[in-house]
Amino acid sequence: MKILVSAKRVSDPNARLNISRDGKWIEGDVEYILNPFCENAIECALQLAEAHDGTETVAVGIGDDETARFIRQGALARGVDRGILVEADEAVIDSDVIARIYQGLCERERPDILLLGKQAIDGDSNQVGQLVAEYLGWPQATFASKVEIQGDEVIVQREVDGGLETIALTMPCVITADLRLNEPRYASLAGIMKAKKKPLDELEMDDLDLDSTDPKVRVVAMSTPAGRKAGVMVKTVDELVHKLKTEARVV
Amino acid sequence: MSKILVLAEHDKGTVKKLTLNTLLFARQLAQKTGGSVDIAVLGHGVGPVAEALRGFGAGTIHVADHADLAYPLAGPYAKVLADLAKSTGAKVVAATASSLGKDVLPRVAARLGAGMASDVVALVDTKEGTAYRRPVWAGSLLADVVIDSPVHVVSVRSSAFDAAEAVGGASPVQAFAAQPDLAKARVRFVKFDGVQSTRPDLAEASVVVAGGRGLKPEKGGFGVIEPLADLLGGAIGASRAAVDDGYCPNDYQIGQTGKVVAPQLYFAIAISGAVQHLAGMKNSKVIVAINTREDEPIFKVADYGLVADAFVAVPELVEKLKAIKS
Ligand SMILES: Cc1cc2nc3c(=O)[nH]c(=O)nc-3n(C[C@H](O)[C@H](O)[C@H](O)COP(=O)(O)OP(=O)(O)OC[C@H]3O[C@@H](n4cnc5c(N)ncnc54)[C@H](O)[C@@H]3O)c2cc1C
Ligand SMILES: Nc1ncnc2c1ncn2[C@@H]1O[C@H](COP(=O)(O)O)[C@@H](O)[C@H]1O
Repeated sequence: MKILVSAKRVSDPNARLNISRDGKWIEGDVEYILNPFCENAIECALQLAEAHDGTETVAVGIGDDETARFIRQGALARGVDRGILVEADEAVIDSDVIARIYQGLCERERPDILLLGKQAIDGDSNQVGQLVAEYLGWPQATFASKVEIQGDEVIVQREVDGGLETIALTMPCVITADLRLNEPRYASLAGIMKAKKKPLDELEMDDLDLDSTDPKVRVVAMSTPAGRKAGVMVKTVDELVHKLKTEARVV
Repeated sequence: MSKILVLAEHDKGTVKKLTLNTLLFARQLAQKTGGSVDIAVLGHGVGPVAEALRGFGAGTIHVADHADLAYPLAGPYAKVLADLAKSTGAKVVAATASSLGKDVLPRVAARLGAGMASDVVALVDTKEGTAYRRPVWAGSLLADVVIDSPVHVVSVRSSAFDAAEAVGGASPVQAFAAQPDLAKARVRFVKFDGVQSTRPDLAEASVVVAGGRGLKPEKGGFGVIEPLADLLGGAIGASRAAVDDGYCPNDYQIGQTGKVVAPQLYFAIAISGAVQHLAGMKNSKVIVAINTREDEPIFKVADYGLVADAFVAVPELVEKLKAIKS
């Protein structure tokens, strides 16, 4: 079996973000982390590989040269077999271009499972897995909280509104990871050493024979949401009840 | 005239209220672009759903009734919705950014060669025409995006739009010959384990009482906030930490990766106020925070903050609210 898994770099959600001068993205010295949902996807890929002998795992990052570091440290050091970096400028491409890159990669690599995060915590789009599934004509299971292979089917439990859904997919298929899928492991020292020697291919978008690399969605302006007006601290429950009744008039 | 097609969501024969919020978004967009709104109802035995939507001013209600649509699987659903959009010439396909909308809409976009904007909270006029405003980086920033493809796909954050009111009249209902091709989709529905609750739906409730990791089970857990929710007719929500630690079902999670709510009254009880949690509740009308530690970030967004032990303060709050109510 072969699993293609994502390793996307995102800016640290706790860092202060500054809107860039052209008003269309962010700029400045931001710290980066691996997208948390990709950590879950990588952990899932490794667990499936451990449970099924002869599984090859391949991590994909799309972005600038810096992304390579996250493929090595976030995926290869944890145990993923090899990596692919596709060079692209993330400030101008949309989820759709990312999906078409994955489509191209899947046509090249022919994985049985494409394992992505349910969303990237910078753009918060939650689209890539579903888009690429449709482009490839593959079934999908988004928001996965449990993944199990039984025969030629993958049984996936999904976190949906109102409860938990279970569906069965025939491979090849796309799965997107939710946070409760697993606890991502830490890379061991041995893993970090080994990762340095693991293969990491670098590709350009042109290498993938994509029909088009034009984004369909463009950011025209960014802004900061209006903050909330400062509230008050109350000293007692009585005071709280009084305010809720006479000032906020919500009880 | 550009046509907007809104996917209606339903459960056991009833229209989900969040669909009405998405309808209001569609009306606003139609007003800006001089278009009209159609509604799509997909499922099996969904006649009553279509009937219930007839008073909302839609040009046409399209009903795709098929046994293969009995359960919303993304592939077949997306195929039928995209086919319908093509046959009606819809320029915008919109649905609620619910777990169903998020699952299905990108596939519709792929089928239509359309760009998609997720979680739209407003429409804004720009030099380049009408842009869709959407929160990014857990709501720390807002991005105004334009879509360059001829057809647009939009998922709508319901907490940002009021529910559309009925306008009277009776929209025509038209059957659509759906071809879901479930057999080709290589996916099989196995089961659904629903969360049973007599309380209102979290995303629809006007009062939400949310608990965090501070509500340790050994001290009484979520049991301490239930009487407050019951008294106010509210829904119960939770932080991710409370869900992860097994205090309550997954479906209760509020935040960047859970549900986004904006009730009239939100109680954050024993919740620290991480950015990812704030992303799901900071647009609530009135926020009350109860926490033992006075320096927690939740107090920065709270209208009323009380530094107290939840296991003492919440029961007292319930008693005193009962007293003023009677
Ligand atoms: C990618 C990603 C996505 C995430 N998505 C979400 C999301 O959607 N929603 C979400 O909520 N989080 C999310 N998180 C997690 C988030 O970062 C926080 O870890 C989480 O919100 C913390 O939950 P908490 O406030 O309940 O717990 P804690 O931060 O541990 O806070 C517990 C609070 O309880 C108080 N307390 C303790 N005992 C009492 C008592 N007896 N009475 C009163 N107060 C008491 C403490 O003072 C403290 O403030 C996400 C994280 C990541 C990385
Ligand atoms: N630049 C990228 N490189 C690798 N994978 C990505 C990239 N962007 C998105 N993805 C994958 O697609 C998922 C969904 O992203 P999005 O639809 O943009 O929220 C992410 O969780 C990743 O798994």
